[in-house]
Amino acid sequence: MSSHAQSAHAAPTGFVSKYIFSTDHKVIGIQYFLLALTAVVVGIVLSVLMRFHLVWPNAHLPFVSGGQMTQEQYLALVTMHGTIMVFFVLTTAPQGGFGNYFLPIQIGAPDMAFPRLNMLSFWVTFLAFVAILAAFVVPGGAPISGWTAYTPLSGIGEVTGPGEGWGQTMWIISISLFCLASLLGALNFIATLIDMRAPGMTLMRMPLTCWGWFVTAILGLLAFGILLAGGILLLLDRSAGTSFFLPYGLVINDQLQNHSGGSPLLWQHLFWFFGHPEVYIAILPGMGVASHVLSTFARKPVYGYRAMAMAICGIGFLGFMVWGHHMFVSGMSPYSGFAFSVLTMSIGVPSAIKTFNWLGTLWGGKIQFRSPMLFALGFVSLFVSGGLSGLFLAQPAVDNLLHATYYVVAHFHLVMGVAAIFGIFAATYFWFPKMFGRMMNEPLGKVHFWLTFVGTYCIFMPMHFVGIAGGIRRYADASAVAYLAKLQPLHLFMTIAAFITAAAQLIFIFNFFWSLKFGARASKNPWNATTLEWTTDSPPPHDNFSGDFPSVYRGPYEFSVPGTKEDFVPQHLAPAQVARAK
Amino acid sequence: MRIRKRDDGSAAPAATLALLLVILVVVTVYYFVAHLYPAPPPITSVGAAVDHQYDLTLYVTGTVFVLSQLGLAFAVFRFRDHGQQANFTRGNNTLELFWTSATIILFLGLGFLGRKAWADTRFTEPAANAIHVEVTANQFVFNFRYPGPDGKFGKLDPKQISPSTGNPVGIDPNDPAGKDDIVVPTLTVPVNRQVELLIRSQDVIHNFFVRELRLQQDAVPGMVIPIHFMPEQVGQYEIVCTQLCGLGHSRMHSYLNVVSDSDYENFLKQQAAGQ
Repeated sequence: MSSHAQSAHAAPTGFVSKYIFSTDHKVIGIQYFLLALTAVVVGIVLSVLMRFHLVWPNAHLPFVSGGQMTQEQYLALVTMHGTIMVFFVLTTAPQGGFGNYFLPIQIGAPDMAFPRLNMLSFWVTFLAFVAILAAFVVPGGAPISGWTAYTPLSGIGEVTGPGEGWGQTMWIISISLFCLASLLGALNFIATLIDMRAPGMTLMRMPLTCWGWFVTAILGLLAFGILLAGGILLLLDRSAGTSFFLPYGLVINDQLQNHSGGSPLLWQHLFWFFGHPEVYIAILPGMGVASHVLSTFARKPVYGYRAMAMAICGIGFLGFMVWGHHMFVSGMSPYSGFAFSVLTMSIGVPSAIKTFNWLGTLWGGKIQFRSPMLFALGFVSLFVSGGLSGLFLAQPAVDNLLHATYYVVAHFHLVMGVAAIFGIFAATYFWFPKMFGRMMNEPLGKVHFWLTFVGTYCIFMPMHFVGIAGGIRRYADASAVAYLAKLQPLHLFMTIAAFITAAAQLIFIFNFFWSLKFGARASKNPWNATTLEWTTDSPPPHDNFSGDFPSVYRGPYEFSVPGTKEDFVPQHLAPAQVARAK
Repeated sequence: MRIRKRDDGSAAPAATLALLLVILVVVTVYYFVAHLYPAPPPITSVGAAVDHQYDLTLYVTGTVFVLSQLGLAFAVFRFRDHGQQANFTRGNNTLELFWTSATIILFLGLGFLGRKAWADTRFTEPAANAIHVEVTANQFVFNFRYPGPDGKFGKLDPKQISPSTGNPVGIDPNDPAGKDDIVVPTLTVPVNRQVELLIRSQDVIHNFFVRELRLQQDAVPGMVIPIHFMPEQVGQYEIVCTQLCGLGHSRMHSYLNVVSDSDYENFLKQQAAGQ
């Protein structure tokens, strides 16, 4: 199954090769994580500014030129918040960060299959992040076309709006680089998982986290290439005079544009063919982490392991056939709208399987409420809430009412935003001891959970109500439409909740950095867990297992097995080594 | 570091989380029962069908929401660690089969039931006596064109677009059918008569949305997208753009005036006289 020699390499000694241009998957994982941490701080600041503007549009802001935020500045915040959060947080942390760090260790490998490619993936992602930040400072500022960058708004240049010149170009360059890096990363994940599993680590003995990362990598491999192609075509439309996405007859500022023959809907198809799998790229690793953590802290095997693994595959497979549900009212054929609707509703089935099995895992358990467990439980609750609202949006008739309202914003924030973030938090609290050899502070972790859990529901439940009443997303200003004014009290409530929730994240950041230095020393296996990462030192040595590579004898979640002395049986213990109960 | 005993399954976090989940359920259910910020009633029978499908979906998802959140609340409290032995089980295939088939029937059934309301808005042809209005969106206004007494729209030519000289949609001056076309910034239609809108855009993608019609449609440059509806209630309703179209997006706004037959005739006469 594996030849460890192919990717084994000597431990580097210099600072640069050890911490900067490292080929060690663990260092690269931490680099991805820190990149995502930086990005999420930027993203949260942008969202707080947006929430502020929605409630106090005329307030004087000292850091804004002119004193008041303009409509285009608000739309730039919308665009950059979405782009940074989706790409550089929700895609980067769960897969590039934790996947990179723990996939090789959980399958008993010394590194990723292609360590140099891994380093290249990270540094190209880093360049992409620099490029997206550069969009803030180029002439004209950041783009205003949203993270979806629909053409022709994004396809012509600054004539369509502020930020649509240089800013939009930087956006396309950034996203194209990101796609390239993610493609390389996906290849690496797939090769590693297929070729480098330890003896005895069959697919059906893999932790569900590995299933999540595996299917996510397949989605990434198939989806990022499409967006990369789309990005290149869009760049050509903007700079080389092509018309892939631009039809004849565009008149902007009384000026007839010199384009003909293209289709704006083509961009939407390319974008959403990537964009919908992207939702699962963000959430599948979180599902894996939730299963992993729920099982560990309920001291019970994952309920219906096989169904859970199959459900991850099912979600990944169906995820490629539903992109059209973003386009029900786009002008796409209404007949395909119906087909996409039925396919989308069917994704509810594997999602429901996962939810039932999470409850089944808890049922009859012995639940220990440590910080990672609280976030995993929060994940389940948020995933249910955010997933169910999707059943409204999956129906084109109902979408006639809810499309482009705050209902959509609430739905995808709960299910792919906050739920995925809760997966990241669960993973951080759970694996921090392994990554850094120290425990995170538990009381601070709990306070962080309570504030974040209550806070996010206080932001996003009322947001559904705003949407049902007709509140339209991406509006910098509600004053032009009479019925929107009535919704302002809800907006005020959400804004206050957003301030508190954002502030609560400072507790996490403090805990993270404080614990790095002052946390209690972590043992090899502080949670009494079963998978291979808990058999090695905290933090693991350069080759992960000090040359003593494990073999695997059983499934990943053997908790409370009758007849054994301890309430957990690690994967690597030979049957004869398992202590029996007296 | 081993986990200290007092950290294991203390009742406080279990009770707190369970309580929060119960509060979530109670507040959410209360919100929907009390209809705090409702959408306005629909003014078409198709809109009512959309609402019916919405309600049906609300009952199904609401039931699942309440049961699963309360189930989670029950599980975290009931199965908190108080020194018991966890109940070892790997799952149950009969149960897996049960909830898989139940959700297939429930969710796909819901999807198929929703087909009719969608078909009514998009699959059907408009009635023969429907009036036709062309909607042209551009940054950041709507223009509505009526064919005038001859019942024919004049040809359009993007080279002729010139809002400053009164030709915002670019009617070809050489086409006689266009001479009597009426172009106005608000949409006026008669009550109880079908209206077919031909939706276009001159520049970027916009959207035509009226809450009371339960209908929205993107306006895509290069395409003419027909939608139709029959308003059953006289009144004035707000038309908004819901597709991000540039810096004036939130100010892109107009009105749908649904008027009596006689008022509609007067409107057409007045406009024709003004051309």
